[in-house]
Amino acid sequence: MSEIPEKEAGRPGSGPRPGPRPWSGPRLRAALLVLPLLAFVGVTFLAPLANMLVRSVYDPVVADALPETLERLRAWDGQGLPDEAVYEALAGEVLAAREDRTLGQVATRVNRVQSGLRSALTRTARRLRNVDEGPWSDAMIGIHAAWGETGTWRALREAGDRYTARHYLNALDLQRDPEGSIAFQPEDRQIYLFLLWRTLLVSLGVTTLCLLIGYPVARLIAHAPPRRANLLLILVLVPFWTSLLVRTTSWIVLLQNQGVLNDMLVYLGVIGDDGRLAMIYNMTGTFVAMTHVLLPFMVLPLYSVMSAIPRVQTSAAESLGATPWQSFWRVYWPQTLPGVGAGCLLVFILAIGYYITPALVGGSTGQLISNLIAFHMQSSLNWSLAAALGGILLVCVAGLYLLYDRLVGIERMRLG
Amino acid sequence: MNRKGGMGSILLPGLAALVPVLAAAALVLLFCGRAAAQEQTLTLVSWGGAYARACEKGYIERFERETGIDVRIEDYNGGLAQIRAQVDVGNVYWDVVDMELPDMVRGCDEGLLVPIDPGELAPGADGTPAADDIPEDGLTECGPTNLYYSTVVVYNDARIGASKPSTIADFFDLEKFPGRRGMRRSPLVNLEFALMADGIPPDEVYATLDTEAGVRRAFRKLDSIKDRIVWWEAGAQPPQMLADGEVAMTTAYNGRIFNAQVLEGQPFVIVWDGQLLDTGGLVIVEGTRNLEAAKEFVRFANTARAMADVSRYISYSPSRRSALDLISTHAETGIDMKPHMPTSPENVSRALHNDWEWWSDNGEEMNERFSTWLAR
Amino acid sequence: MTTITTTTAGHGFWHIAYLGFCALVFAFLIAPILVIVPLSFNAEPYFTFTEGMLRLDADAWSLRWYRQIVEDEEWSRALANSLFIGVSATVLATALGTLAALGLSNPAMPARRFATGLLISPMVTPVIISAAGMFFFYSNLGLAQTHLGLILAHAALGTPFVVITVTATLAGYDQNLSRAAASMGAGPLTVFRRVQLPLIAPGVVSGGIFAFAASFDEVVVVLFMGGIEQRTIPRQMWSGIREEISPAILAVAVFLIVFAVLFLLTVEWLRRRNAR
Repeated sequence: MSEIPEKEAGRPGSGPRPGPRPWSGPRLRAALLVLPLLAFVGVTFLAPLANMLVRSVYDPVVADALPETLERLRAWDGQGLPDEAVYEALAGEVLAAREDRTLGQVATRVNRVQSGLRSALTRTARRLRNVDEGPWSDAMIGIHAAWGETGTWRALREAGDRYTARHYLNALDLQRDPEGSIAFQPEDRQIYLFLLWRTLLVSLGVTTLCLLIGYPVARLIAHAPPRRANLLLILVLVPFWTSLLVRTTSWIVLLQNQGVLNDMLVYLGVIGDDGRLAMIYNMTGTFVAMTHVLLPFMVLPLYSVMSAIPRVQTSAAESLGATPWQSFWRVYWPQTLPGVGAGCLLVFILAIGYYITPALVGGSTGQLISNLIAFHMQSSLNWSLAAALGGILLVCVAGLYLLYDRLVGIERMRLG
Repeated sequence: MNRKGGMGSILLPGLAALVPVLAAAALVLLFCGRAAAQEQTLTLVSWGGAYARACEKGYIERFERETGIDVRIEDYNGGLAQIRAQVDVGNVYWDVVDMELPDMVRGCDEGLLVPIDPGELAPGADGTPAADDIPEDGLTECGPTNLYYSTVVVYNDARIGASKPSTIADFFDLEKFPGRRGMRRSPLVNLEFALMADGIPPDEVYATLDTEAGVRRAFRKLDSIKDRIVWWEAGAQPPQMLADGEVAMTTAYNGRIFNAQVLEGQPFVIVWDGQLLDTGGLVIVEGTRNLEAAKEFVRFANTARAMADVSRYISYSPSRRSALDLISTHAETGIDMKPHMPTSPENVSRALHNDWEWWSDNGEEMNERFSTWLAR
Repeated sequence: MTTITTTTAGHGFWHIAYLGFCALVFAFLIAPILVIVPLSFNAEPYFTFTEGMLRLDADAWSLRWYRQIVEDEEWSRALANSLFIGVSATVLATALGTLAALGLSNPAMPARRFATGLLISPMVTPVIISAAGMFFFYSNLGLAQTHLGLILAHAALGTPFVVITVTATLAGYDQNLSRAAASMGAGPLTVFRRVQLPLIAPGVVSGGIFAFAASFDEVVVVLFMGGIEQRTIPRQMWSGIREEISPAILAVAVFLIVFAVLFLLTVEWLRRRNAR
């Protein structure tokens, strides 16, 4: 991984490392030209990514709100119930947290370690106000039975860790069991591996489909006479330039229940009015719209490689007795491999992080991993988990990006 | 691909000149917008569509006239997420939010909302103090509730066929009533419906949900119709889906259905069996820049008169006891509103009251499980 | 279509099949975009062709949705925001990106591959990750829900386009030209302004257009970081699609298609100009 972001982001001004030669005038001048943008991207883009990665392992809220409780819990051996002193500290700190209204945040985080504890904390705080003196353990167990269970205190201790790999475990459907070893979540809570797998399959499927339908088209454009080639190229470039939201809207218009395609099929008598096909707000919608959006990214690199292949080659092969298939497979196809590699990698990289189209036309079965990140960012507000999922996705994309650099070369990336 | 383009030397500077022109145009447009928004404006975030219009006609317009404060209405679909993000970031641009009761309690617990002293609220229409006029459950630390509304099962009489659904169980019966179902994209309400359809009496629903087995049972029941469900988010969607024939039956807010019935003449029929009665009110977001105006607005909306006036435009029932007598006729058609209220004796007999304490304690958990279930 | 010379009967069939297949793919690419155009003139609030439209009944066609978006204050505010944020981000991205491309194209540039990799990374990073990271970071700096924050974010996302296009233009640039000018006494700035800039101008403008188009079409960062005051056209379309699909967004879509075609033609024209 050459682009570990936080390294550069921490000291955006540091620029490239000194090479083997001492700094000469041209080297320095070139580096100075690049430096402003490097600094800019470092602060506005790489630093945010680094910050997100930190957030995926670091969360001080519980530790800051319950310092005394956690300190005293450290002496507890993890068996049975802790001492009265721990109850007393927690009672005081829970009331204080309610007073300065941070209890909600604390309770939310503890609840993520063990579900059900949110209500234990909020209810306890609501009712403890009427309790004046100890023993606190009896009072608290009376308010909520959870305080009489060993697991609750283990969970509290775990939630108090400032640094934790818990969110990464969660993001892979794993958790620590009471003995501290790593195990799968209960089956009805498992979702992320499934979604990662689905994202992978959809990306592979879309990439394959793009290659299958993009290859012939690129070949047609590459070997057409210039005028016609320009015209055909425009047909590929118009979707490339058209707003993603516009294209998504188009697919809604075409595919929805009362949409153009269904209307046409009903009109032609292919289906009855009550047999309208569900082509959108499901996986079909996601798949079709994604292929449409990503196809130009396949056709363009293919086209640029193919247009450099002289046509006489295949004719020569055929005049030497090769069948059209042989001349294609033995002579033409190998030369297009760089384009195939570039196109497939680009489409795959874009597909794996796809968000907008599944969000708008995917319904509930067409959601990909990005949509779940958005869900945790915007709805559940489990930002640490969102960051951990983002970290995993980022590693996948960074790996593919490096592969692209190896095989194709980043400097050779072209637009349009 | 080399064709002539000899005019480049002229066009290029032309393009370069276009940039400042566009920038200037944008600035002018922005300033026009600003100038128009000079006087004090209050941002109210509400549920959009027919409900927002009813509030506007019912009391917001009068509030603007009487105070000179401009109220700008934004739409949302419930939940605390956007508020939490604003408060955490420290850039609060919502002032007042129309919210469901469980979220009012939870938001208050989390310090997202401004506490409101019941002493600051207006007395009832008959002079009773606010604390006695509003039911105890409806008086949270962060504000009073204003109205009762309910989520009901609805079908389109013109499309349903000969036999008509009459119970909540019919909603889950795909054999008797084939076709797709509309449901709100949220565990709220749906879990309760599922359990009632599965034979749990209304008064045992929350006790059942308190157990892990009960929650699983609710999700299993939802599973049985999952691939026939069309999810909606905004309250304006279900009447639309029903009118388009997108779904055979849907859950919906009763007021929206009432509006579609009387204003658009839609042949929609409400199944009151198992209706889920909810209550909601206005809250102020912590860190608002218009605290005084916001408090004035909340107080204004909570008066018996304002509540009664809203109920002349949409069939949501006032939360104040003293406002119940003020319910009269629909402002546009003259229909008597009382029989259409979710709290009318006829309709409320088979109702389930939303347990705000259960949802404020378990809402987050259920949201997560629901989204996991949904994505599978 | 000129094809390979040997044309047997079977070959001809396969060739026609091949052409037919390509025609279908082109239709798949372009038809969804074209179908929006007539539908935006629908007089009814439907997303499909009404019988009147198919009969070419004049009453079934109307400009009501165009009128609606022109009169709607929200759309004009969104347009202003989009233009303001887009143009500012473009200026920033183009200036910084051009400078960097000049440095990257210089053979003396140290650690070039690494630097290029970093500078292009905003383009390949999934936008959801960029948006999430930016939301946290910019919030801490008080830049969330400000125009400045969005301008910086969009500029960062737009710079790779400028770097790529300008570097591509510079690939054909002969460094000896700079040296010759310098040997005749021209300062570095003069060399840039009088020798390099005119040569790379098409690349700079294309890069700028790419950066602008990227900002003009960006919705996820705006969704995460923008407040009501920063609503842009894509953001407005997003709620239009998600919450209440009104044919008014078809009218907006037609506007955006026109924009796209203009961008496309300009960039292609510049590319050809550069290729000569």
